[in-house]
Amino acid sequence: MSLTHLQRLEAESIHIFREVAATFSNPVMLYSIGKDSSVMLHLTMKAFYPSKPPFPLLHVDTTWKFREMIAFRDRMAAEYGIRLIVHTNEDGVRDGINPFDHGSNTYTHIMKTVALRQALDKHRFNAAFGGARRDEEKSRAKERIFSFRDANHGWDPKNQRPEMWRIYNTRVSPGESIRVFPLSNWTELDVWQYIRQENIPIVPLYFAKRRPVVERDGMLIMVDDERMKLHPGEVVQNRMVRFRTLGCYPLTGAINSDADTLDRIVEEMLIARTSERQGRLIDRDEAASMEKKKREGYF
Amino acid sequence: MSAGSNLASTIRFEERPDIGAVLDEHNRRSFLRFLTCGSVDDGKSTLIGRLLYDTRLIFEDQLAALERDSRRHGTSGDEIDFALLVDGLEAERQQGITIDVAYRFFSTPKRKFIVADTPGHEQYTRNMATGASTADLAIVLVDARNGIMRQTRRHTFIASLLGIRHIVLAVNKIDLVDYSEQAFLAIEREFRVFAGGFDFASLRSIPISARHGDNVTTGSHRMPWYRGPSLLEHLEQVEAEQDALARPFRFPVQYVNRPSPDFRGFAGTVASGSISVGDEVVAAKSGVISRVRRILTPRGDSETAREGQAVTLVLADEVEVSRGNMLVAPTQRPRVSDQFAANVVWFDDTPLVPGRSYVLRTETDETSATVTRLEHRIDINSFAREDAGQLATNEIGAVDISTQWPIAFDPFVENRATGSFVLIDRISNRTVGAGMISRALRRADNIHWQALEVDRAARAAQKGQQPVVYWFTGLSGSGKSTIANLLEKRLHAAGRHTYLLDGDNVRHGLNRDLGFSEEDRAENIRRVGEVAKLMTDAGLIVLVSFISPYRAERDAVRRLFGESEFVEVFVDTPVEECARRDPKGLYAKAYAGELSNFTGVDAPYEAPLNPEFHVRTVGRSPEEIVDELMDRVGRREAGSRTREGVN
Repeated sequence: MSLTHLQRLEAESIHIFREVAATFSNPVMLYSIGKDSSVMLHLTMKAFYPSKPPFPLLHVDTTWKFREMIAFRDRMAAEYGIRLIVHTNEDGVRDGINPFDHGSNTYTHIMKTVALRQALDKHRFNAAFGGARRDEEKSRAKERIFSFRDANHGWDPKNQRPEMWRIYNTRVSPGESIRVFPLSNWTELDVWQYIRQENIPIVPLYFAKRRPVVERDGMLIMVDDERMKLHPGEVVQNRMVRFRTLGCYPLTGAINSDADTLDRIVEEMLIARTSERQGRLIDRDEAASMEKKKREGYF
Repeated sequence: MSAGSNLASTIRFEERPDIGAVLDEHNRRSFLRFLTCGSVDDGKSTLIGRLLYDTRLIFEDQLAALERDSRRHGTSGDEIDFALLVDGLEAERQQGITIDVAYRFFSTPKRKFIVADTPGHEQYTRNMATGASTADLAIVLVDARNGIMRQTRRHTFIASLLGIRHIVLAVNKIDLVDYSEQAFLAIEREFRVFAGGFDFASLRSIPISARHGDNVTTGSHRMPWYRGPSLLEHLEQVEAEQDALARPFRFPVQYVNRPSPDFRGFAGTVASGSISVGDEVVAAKSGVISRVRRILTPRGDSETAREGQAVTLVLADEVEVSRGNMLVAPTQRPRVSDQFAANVVWFDDTPLVPGRSYVLRTETDETSATVTRLEHRIDINSFAREDAGQLATNEIGAVDISTQWPIAFDPFVENRATGSFVLIDRISNRTVGAGMISRALRRADNIHWQALEVDRAARAAQKGQQPVVYWFTGLSGSGKSTIANLLEKRLHAAGRHTYLLDGDNVRHGLNRDLGFSEEDRAENIRRVGEVAKLMTDAGLIVLVSFISPYRAERDAVRRLFGESEFVEVFVDTPVEECARRDPKGLYAKAYAGELSNFTGVDAPYEAPLNPEFHVRTVGRSPEEIVDELMDRVGRREAGSRTREGVN
């Protein structure tokens, strides 16, 4: 009787968490509050049991996350008893950078990429876990599990370190760092299946509910607070919707759905004909945009 | 689309399904990791695109993007270019080649798959090896028109070396040779002749057309002469998992978990075999025996653990075991040695040269290692062993290795996890090679070191550092020596080999014939520069702390060194502050007229115009300054590596 599929994935991820804890002086886990972060957090509690994970969580707060995400974040950090560092690019806040006026590219660069680099530099983290999976996007499919970043946080996709067997090269010089992706080999279905099997808490926005949304640029954008100004002709409608991925509310499209339980979400996914990143405005800005962002230091 | 509905992973539910049962079935599916390899343009990416398309793993938005991209970059005319599904990097799409390995996931009702699409170009062999190292099966593609190529042989050989035991020879583009059986058989015959020596557990040849789908997921009516399974059918059926549990228990200790004095757990992944509570285990390196008291798994406490599980073991006794050691079955122990023979695949542009020191990394252990002998290189075309002085990029050879500390291992053919290692360049931290251990050596086997040229590079390599001069210039009392001293301590603590030259140890000996006239000051600096030069030849990091007031002399010294070897550190303290500090009472004397030719008082100081490091000391502690310098030293080293890497 061999291991089940989820047992194999779980073991691989736990191995990766422990490898980082054993070899890096100052690791951190990027906590984005989404379902993949929930799975990472759950796995890391298992990896170090009965100890607590030997690294803090870092949330890069753009100030435009869904309110439910922030509430969930604070509740999780308290329940798991893990130190949470929240970092915001205060320069961007001062300059009033926002997704409505500055376009998703500029906004993402300043409030996410630059903010992340600031936080990593400030705390001198030399390893950072991220929840990205190879099945999400084409440039991610090319990335190593231990992905080297130079002193400017840049990724050089044409010159990645070979990654042989389960032997990870964890050596870095001062200023350099490694981004580590413990969920590299998980698929979207695996993540949902694991959440279901382990009863892992996730942000309620993943479940269908009546929510106030407007149609904009072919997407359903939720009106999460008063900063969202309606364009002429836009009408706020209360629709049964849910989210397949979570990010900043003005850039995250909802889908029409009445899947209000995990089983119905999985059912919907099994018959889905679009990929989960379709709901992300930031990937659509230009071809190969994810790779470009990653070279600049985006996760 | 030629996929049969039986293949569809997409399920259309007539009525509300039992999701629990569906997921359960998914979870129990068996699993296979494979790679596609072979020469450039043999259709590897196209094949994977075809597999994903026919198993309906491509979403509508991805298909729409693919159609757009096919028009822009595609090489298939008006048809969809499947390769663009996997060639995810900008450079790959522009150049129409695969540079790095892409991992894709798909699933059929029988099995889940991870496929690594690896590059065919020789220069990206390290990326092919990356994909092969975690695969259990390799699909070697051959273009039916071109037959077996150099890369076909290289990749087949590397697959075998890296422990892949199942091979599929996919003779692709069979449509372009009119579905000819003769062409297929000729290629198969040639392949079997050279692959026969590699001891593969299974070798299956299949004629396919990845572009049109023949024999990929379903059979082909255009090749009635072929009666074997389609590629996908074969992938679903092949038994790739070894009987792992029959092998001896191996548990490389990855992490010691000590939350409190009364819990001490050894965390790791079971590399082979199984273990139960109560079983005896021995720490391979020390030979100390204990018993397993508890096994903590992701599902809580368990009576047993088996290969592939990441667990935490608690032993009955207080045993000294740390990361890098291995808990093993007492009756079947691994080898423990600091001398062994191995096969190596070399990745780096700087060749493997016997005598160089590298960092050797196994799954959890790390130690210094030297290649003491290059036994032979293997010719990729003839597989003949040939004498060689070094291994260049992408070459394969057999070497003897000597490590600083003994490691615990098994021969690679017995255990992929405990018999493998990588070599890392200790300066650049690049992964320069991968090794498969063949056997332990007795010391006597290994005393014949190959002669090697002892030169500047060799001396530096042995110390594992880049020689460089940090030249501290500044007024008397500016803090040069304090900072240089402290920096040397920090570098020393970081394992660097250093030497500090300052007025005290030079003027009292080598330069005791020199005074403080302008000529003598110039000669003083010239001599110190030459000594620093000799010391960098010897591989040292040299810190020089001299007032060195004249720009011309400092620049003359700079010209003795390569561009990245001389770092001018300007310790910038205003003369008023130096005079206030006056640690040796010299300013007081100079102002009183008791000292002449005193820099800053009655002799000039020419501040550097473009120092590499400019250090302002006022209001900062020496510790703070040295913290920053250490940081910049690190960045500098990293920076010079980056430049190297680009060239």
